[in-house]
Amino acid sequence: MIKLNVASVMVLNQEEALDFYVNKLGLEKEQDIHQGLFRWLTVRAPGDPGIEIFLQEPGPPVQDEATAAQLRELISKGAMGGLVIQTDDVRGLYEILRARGVADFTQEPTEHFYGIDMGIRDPFGNAIRILQPAKVAHAATA
Amino acid sequence: MSRQVEDLNRRLLRARDAMDRAYAEPLDVRAVAAVAYVSEAHFIRTFRAVFGETPHRYLQRRRVERSMFLLRETDRSVTDICLDVGFTSLGTFSRTFREIVGETPSDYRVGHGPMAAPHCFQKATTRPVAAAGAVRPAGSALRSSSFGEAPAATSP
Repeated sequence: MIKLNVASVMVLNQEEALDFYVNKLGLEKEQDIHQGLFRWLTVRAPGDPGIEIFLQEPGPPVQDEATAAQLRELISKGAMGGLVIQTDDVRGLYEILRARGVADFTQEPTEHFYGIDMGIRDPFGNAIRILQPAKVAHAATA
Repeated sequence: MSRQVEDLNRRLLRARDAMDRAYAEPLDVRAVAAVAYVSEAHFIRTFRAVFGETPHRYLQRRRVERSMFLLRETDRSVTDICLDVGFTSLGTFSRTFREIVGETPSDYRVGHGPMAAPHCFQKATTRPVAAAGAVRPAGSALRSSSFGEAPAATSP
């Protein structure tokens, strides 16, 4: 057996990231372990304990300062990849995010043959796509 | 210093996102620069330094990418598509399309059918690269003071 357990998202500030991913986006904090300068901080979707996102802040001891500076620059120009998240109600989540002060929408909820999706950025520039799969696809995987 | 760079990058990215969202509307560079809280001249210069092309060219590639999508997926006329994606002159659209894609809109349509990939994937990955097949006159990439169809002034 092999399956996805933890993937990481590079962030500029772990506290700010925690606030966004938990209080705005609605994920839950899973692990928060301090080891010297290093902080192992993960979040996950509610009710989905198997898959975690490591909110990783570049810097020592994992990266040297120069490398961290390069990473921070790439994060802030949106060049570091991102996440795709699923929901059963994109439009509802859109309203919730707006009510919570999220303004960085790269795409309003839009219908496609595969479902309805929208795009946002986290506070640092990482792209997050949120997808509500079409009913057909939903039924097929249920 | 580093924090300032990150903060500026983030604001430029927000302005770039605004172009990706509102490509179909008549955009002027002053309004987009305002999204990043910088002056027009500073916006053009720093955008180019950070993203490797002028905001004008970035917007053109977004518009051309969307026109490629509509040419592949719909039966709309080239003129309608030109207007749909934010160009106001068929001449400018055809010239820009050919410069970026390497063939005319009509020829492109004949050679390509619909794609099955998700929309966001298409939008990100089928976007023509900055200099595909185009030989540009020296200094032309700097001409970007306007997003409209008016002749663009040359930046100093």
